[in-house]
Amino acid sequence: MAKKSLKLALAGGALALGLSSGAFAAEIASGKMLVDTCAGCHGTHGNSVGPASPSIAGMDPLVFVDMMTAFQNGDTYSTIMGRIARGYSEDELIQMGEYLKEQPFVPVKQSYDESLVADGDAYHEKFCSNCHEEGGKALADAEDYIILAGQWTPYLQYAMEDFREERRMLPKKMGRKLDQMLEEQGDKSLDALYAYYASQQDYKQE
Amino acid sequence: MTMNRRDFVKTTGAVAAVSAFGFPHIARAQGKKVVIVGGGTGGATAAKYIKMADDSIDVTIVEPNKEYYTCYMSNEVLSGARKLESIRHGYDGLKAMGINVVFEKATAIDPEKKVVKTESGQELAFDRAVVAPGVSMLYDKIEGYSKEAAEKMPHAWKAGEQTKILRSQLEAMDDGGVVVIAAPPNPFRCPPGPYERASQIAMYLKEAKPKSKVLILDSKQKFSKQGLFTQGWERLYGFGTEDSLIEWQPGPDAAVVAVDPSTMTVTTSFGDEVKGAVVNVIPPQAAGQIALDAGLADDSGWCPVDKKTFESTLHKGIHVIGDACIATAMPKSGYSANSQGKVAAAAVVALLNDKEPGIPAYVNTCYSIIGKDYGISVAAVYRLSEDGSTIAGVEGAGGLTPSDAPDFALKREVQYAYSWYNNIVSDIFS
Repeated sequence: MAKKSLKLALAGGALALGLSSGAFAAEIASGKMLVDTCAGCHGTHGNSVGPASPSIAGMDPLVFVDMMTAFQNGDTYSTIMGRIARGYSEDELIQMGEYLKEQPFVPVKQSYDESLVADGDAYHEKFCSNCHEEGGKALADAEDYIILAGQWTPYLQYAMEDFREERRMLPKKMGRKLDQMLEEQGDKSLDALYAYYASQQDYKQE
Repeated sequence: MTMNRRDFVKTTGAVAAVSAFGFPHIARAQGKKVVIVGGGTGGATAAKYIKMADDSIDVTIVEPNKEYYTCYMSNEVLSGARKLESIRHGYDGLKAMGINVVFEKATAIDPEKKVVKTESGQELAFDRAVVAPGVSMLYDKIEGYSKEAAEKMPHAWKAGEQTKILRSQLEAMDDGGVVVIAAPPNPFRCPPGPYERASQIAMYLKEAKPKSKVLILDSKQKFSKQGLFTQGWERLYGFGTEDSLIEWQPGPDAAVVAVDPSTMTVTTSFGDEVKGAVVNVIPPQAAGQIALDAGLADDSGWCPVDKKTFESTLHKGIHVIGDACIATAMPKSGYSANSQGKVAAAAVVALLNDKEPGIPAYVNTCYSIIGKDYGISVAAVYRLSEDGSTIAGVEGAGGLTPSDAPDFALKREVQYAYSWYNNIVSDIFS
C-alpha cells in the first residue's frame, strides 16, 4: 500500500471546518502543541519510558483517531484516557495523529522471557499475521497497522484483558483467531506473544 | 463509530487549510538569550523545549541546587514505598543538549536592564526570562513557625532534606503516637498532596505502628478528590470508625494558627492544643521569593500572567510559569508546570523569532496513591478562552476516577501513576 499524503486532499476542495466550541478560540492548536501535552504520560515525542502507558509515536493517524474516538465514547474501556480524550475535537485529534506519525516509533527496551519468543513468533504467524503485518511492527509506508512489536508489555496485557472481558471492542475476525489460539494453545500462548513482541527491540520504523 | 480513511482524508484537508498560516518554520533566533530562574519542573521543561525548538537560542538555567527532588511521589518516600534517591534528578541531560546551568541562587531580576543577578554577583543578560521559582513558605502566618522550627516540625513541602527529616521521625516514633498534618489554605502547591500524604503515612502505620494515627488539622472545609480519598480511607484505614488510622478535622476551627516546637504542640484557631509525636506543618504559601522580590506578584502573592504566553502582565519580557503563576483553572501541580513550560517555551521561541505565538494547549493529570494497588486520579484538558482572559477546562472532559471504579482499575491507576512519573521526569530532565 502506498502512503497517501493526507494533506493532499486539500486539493479536493476543502471547506473550512474550524472549531465551533463557543467560548473558546476558533482556531486550533498545532499538532505539536497538542501532542506536547501527552508527553507527561506517553513520553517526549510519544515514546514512553513505561511501564504501563504505551508509546504513541509513529502510529497510523487514522488508527490514532479511531482509538481516541473509542476512548471518548467508551467503546474502549480506560481508567483515565477517556476523560482526557473527550477534551479534543475530531479536528484536533487529526492534527495530533498527523504529528505523531512524523515522530518515529522507538521500540522499547524491556525484559522478556527469551524461551517463549520462538513460540510467540509461531503463534503470531499462525493467528495474528493476517492483519498484524511484519510481526506487528510500526510501519512507515503502510496503513492500518497497530504497533505491537516493541510496545510496552503491561499495556498489551491490559488491552488483551479488556478485549477478553468485553471492555474493548473485539473485531470479529480477531475474536475468532483469539478463541482458536487459546483453545489450541491455552493462556500461555498470550505470554509467548507478549515475549515475541517485546523481543523486537532493534528495528527502525522505515 | 469508525471513521473511514476517505472521510479522514477529507477532514484532514480542511484542517490543513485552517492551519496553513501557522505552518512550521525553521526557527533561528540566533544569539538570543533566555535566562530561566529555577530548574524545577516548570523551568527545566521550558529550557528543554526552547532548546528543542530553536537550538540557536542561548538558554541558561539559574538554580541553587545541583540536584532536584520532585515533590510529586515524595509521599511514597514517607511511607517507605520508595527511596529518596528515586525522586532525585540531575541536570546532565539538559547540559548535554547545550543548556547552561548556573548553580547559584538568583538574587534579583531587573526587568528594565534585563538581567538576572546571582549570589556571587554574576549578571546574566536576557532577551526574555522565564521565572519558575515554585512556592515560598509563609512561615510568619503561623505563630512560632519558622525555617528553623521546620527542622523539628518539617513541612516537607519541598522535597529533599525536609522529606528525609519527616521520614526519620515517622520511623523513630513509638507505636501509639499521633502524626499531625497541618493542611494549608488555598491556593497552595499540590492540592491533593496533604491527603495523599495522610494515606501514605497511614499505609506505613498500618503495617509498622497500628496503634498510631494520622490527625489532619485542616484550614479548609473541603479538599481535592475528597470523596475518593474518604472512600479509600474507609476501605483501607477504617475511616469514620473508632479505630481509624486517619482523622480529619475541617477548617476554619481546626486551622493551625500557632506551633511550639519545644513541646511539639500546635494550637488551632478554635483554641485547641494538640500534641503530636510527629508534626508536619504545611504553611500557607505564595509565589517563590524571587518572584515576590522582582515585583512579579500582585497583592494575592501570586503572579498574574497573559494566559496565552505566560508573560507577566506586570513586567514585559518575563514569563512566569508553574506554581508561582495565576493560571485560572489549572491547579498548582507538576503536570501543570510541565504543560505551562511547553506553552511558555513555544511563545518565547515565537517571540524571539518575531512571530505571533501559536494557540496554546494545556493539560493536567494528577494521581494520588492511597494504598497498595489503590490509585485515583483527576485530569483536565484546558483551552484559552476566546477573550484570552482565562484558562478553562473543556466541558464534558476531564474529571475524577469514578467512585464505582472496580479494583482492577484502581490497581491500574497505580501502574499509570508510576508510568506518569517516569515519563514526566524523563520529559523534563533527560
